[in-house]
Amino acid sequence: MPETFPINSRTFNLTGENIDTDQIIPARFLTTTSRTGLGRFAFHDWRFDGSGSPRANSPLSGFDPTRASVLVAGRNFGCGSSREHAPWALLDYGFRAVISCEIADIFRSNAARNGLLPIVAPETAQQWLLDNPGAEVEIDLEATRVTIAGGPGFDFDIEPFARHCLLSGNDPMGYLLDQTDEIRQFEEVAA
Amino acid sequence: MSPRSLFDKIWDAHIVRAETPDTPATMYVDLHLVHEVTSPQAFAELEDRGLKVRRPDRTLATIDHSTPTLPFKAGTPPPYATDAAAAQVETLYANTARHGIELNGWESEHRGVVHVIGPELGATQPGMTIVCGDSHTATHGAFGALAFGIGTTEVGHVLATQCLLQRKPKSMRVHVTGRPGPNTSAKDIILAVIAKIGVDGGTGHVLEYCGDAISALDMEGRMTLCNMSIEAGARAGLVAPDDKTFAFLKGRNRAPQGAEWNEAIARWRDLYTDEGAHFDREVVVDVEGLRPMITWGTAPDTGIALNDVVPAHRNDSDRKAADYMGVAAGERVSGQKVNRVFIGSCTNSRISDLRAAANVMRGRAISPGVTALVVPGSVWVKAQAEEEGLDKVFKAAGAEWREAGCSMCIAMNGDKGAPGELIVSTSNRNFEGRQGPGVRTMLASPAVAAASAVTGRVTDPAKLKETEYA
Repeated sequence: MPETFPINSRTFNLTGENIDTDQIIPARFLTTTSRTGLGRFAFHDWRFDGSGSPRANSPLSGFDPTRASVLVAGRNFGCGSSREHAPWALLDYGFRAVISCEIADIFRSNAARNGLLPIVAPETAQQWLLDNPGAEVEIDLEATRVTIAGGPGFDFDIEPFARHCLLSGNDPMGYLLDQTDEIRQFEEVAA
Repeated sequence: MSPRSLFDKIWDAHIVRAETPDTPATMYVDLHLVHEVTSPQAFAELEDRGLKVRRPDRTLATIDHSTPTLPFKAGTPPPYATDAAAAQVETLYANTARHGIELNGWESEHRGVVHVIGPELGATQPGMTIVCGDSHTATHGAFGALAFGIGTTEVGHVLATQCLLQRKPKSMRVHVTGRPGPNTSAKDIILAVIAKIGVDGGTGHVLEYCGDAISALDMEGRMTLCNMSIEAGARAGLVAPDDKTFAFLKGRNRAPQGAEWNEAIARWRDLYTDEGAHFDREVVVDVEGLRPMITWGTAPDTGIALNDVVPAHRNDSDRKAADYMGVAAGERVSGQKVNRVFIGSCTNSRISDLRAAANVMRGRAISPGVTALVVPGSVWVKAQAEEEGLDKVFKAAGAEWREAGCSMCIAMNGDKGAPGELIVSTSNRNFEGRQGPGVRTMLASPAVAAASAVTGRVTDPAKLKETEYA
C-alpha cells in the first residue's frame, strides 16, 4: 500500500470505456486465498497471449510504475464484479491511483479501502489527460486536488472517512469495533 | 413523517449510527452470504486480529464459484480444475467450522449458487439487509430486501461486527410497463431495461422496479430481473413484496413458522413505496410487444431484439466490441454460428429457467458440433428437475446435465469455452474473455439459448416452431 501522499507521477492511459474487473484480473486467477502477489495477473489477457508469451501490441506495453503510476482510463472503469482482487492486483502491479470521469461503485469503494486512489475527474480534465499521455500530475489527498502540469487541474471528491483513514492510518475495522455497545443495543431492539 | 420509498424504509430500519459529513452510516446486516472466493482473506484478517464472527447465526455459506460441475461418485474427491480451487474450498470448510457458520457444502441438498440457495432456503426475506462478496447479490432484492455486493475488506467488517460503513446511495425508480411479446421472459425485460439505462446509468443508485410488467413476473422472474441490476451499474435493485413473495416463502426452511409467520406478513405488508416518495431519478421502460433479446457486444447494455440489426457504432468502444464479437453494424445477430450454449448461473438456473429450456429442447436434438451445458443452480433445483424428467429431455437432446455451480458464467472451475468460440449464454456478463480467453459471449434467455443449441445458430424460439411446423 502506498504510504506517502501526495502522489507525484506521470500518467499511463488506457483509453477504452467500461474496462471491467474481468479485464483487470481474469476470474481464473481468483482461486487464491491470499491478497498479495496478484500484480502478475493484472490485465493478464491484455499482456499475454494463450501460450503465456507477452503480446507485442498490449495496451500495457511500456508501463513502468517507477515513471508513471497514475492510471487514466475511459468512463466507467472497474465495472463488473465485486472482486477486491482488482485493486490488489493494480496496486501490486504498480498503480497508485486511477483517474476516470466515472468509476464503478464497488471498485471505487474497494480501491479507496486499499489505498489505490479512485479519482473521478470532470470530463474536460479527463479528455485532456487522454489526449496528453504521460502527463505530470500531483494528487494531493489532503487538499483533494489534482494538479496537472500544463493542463486543467481539478478538485475531486473522495468519501471523507476513507480519506481520513488513508491519511491518518486509522482503521475502519477498529472504528466499527468501537461501536460494539451500540450494535448490541440495536440488536436488542431491532434485529 | 414525509413519504418514504421502500428503499428509505429498509435503510432507516438498519441504521446503528447515522451518517455525518465526516463518517458514513453504520448499517446493520441481517443476512451475510459467504462463498469460497471472496472470503478467505477476510477470515484471515479476523484470525490476525484475534476476532470472532459476531453472528454466525446470521451468516450462511456455500461453495459455488470454484467447484467443478462434472458428476463424481460419492466418497471420491470432487474433480477440481486446479489444486488452488480445492484448497480454496477446503479453506471455507475450515473457516466455517472454526466459527460455527452453516456451510452448505458437498454433502448438503441446498448446496448451490449463493443467490439461488438464499431464497430457496427462505433465508432471503422482505425488509432485510443482505450482503455478500459478490456483485450479483441484488438478486435478493426480488423479495423487497436491500441486497448488494461488497468487497472482501467489507466481508471482514460484517463477519466481525455484523455492520457495514455505507453512505446512503441515491434512488432511481424504474417503471416497466406493457405486456412483453411471445417467447419472452424476465431476462428479456432486464436486457431491455439495461439497454435503456446504460451500463453505467445506475451508478450510485438503488433501483426500485415497479409497474404492471414487474407485478406480472413470478418470483423467479423477479430474481432474474434484480440479479442484473449491477449490469446497469446500480448498487442494488428491488421489488416491493406482494402475495407472490409471501406464497414463495411460506414453509421454507428458514422462513418464519406458525404465529411468527402471520406477524411477519403483517410487517412485510408495510414494505412499499409511499405515495409521493422522492426518487433522485425516474425512468420508464415500455416493454409492450417486447421480442426475445440478445446482446451483440462486450457490455451488458448491448441488448437488441433478435430480429433487429446491430446499431451504428457510437464510439471506439463499440467498434472494438463489434470487432471482438465478429459482428457488424447494420447486420443481424440471429443466424450467427454458435459453438456452445450455457444454461445456468445466478441469473437463469432456477427451475422455471430449466423448464423454459426443456420446453424448447423437448423432442428435438441439439445441432451437431454444438456443446450445450445445462447447470442447475442448486442440488435442490437439480433434484426437482429430475423429478419432472427435465434431465431426460436435455440428455435426449444431446445436452450435458451437470452438478450445481456457477460453471461457465465465471469460468474459474473448469467449465469454459475455447478461444474464438461463440457462446449463447443465460448468464449475466458478456465481457471479453469472461467465459474463457478469447471467447465471445451473447447473453440471452433460456428459451433463446435452447433454440440456438437446436439450430446451431442464434435463433428466436418462435422461428424454430415456424420452421418445424410450417
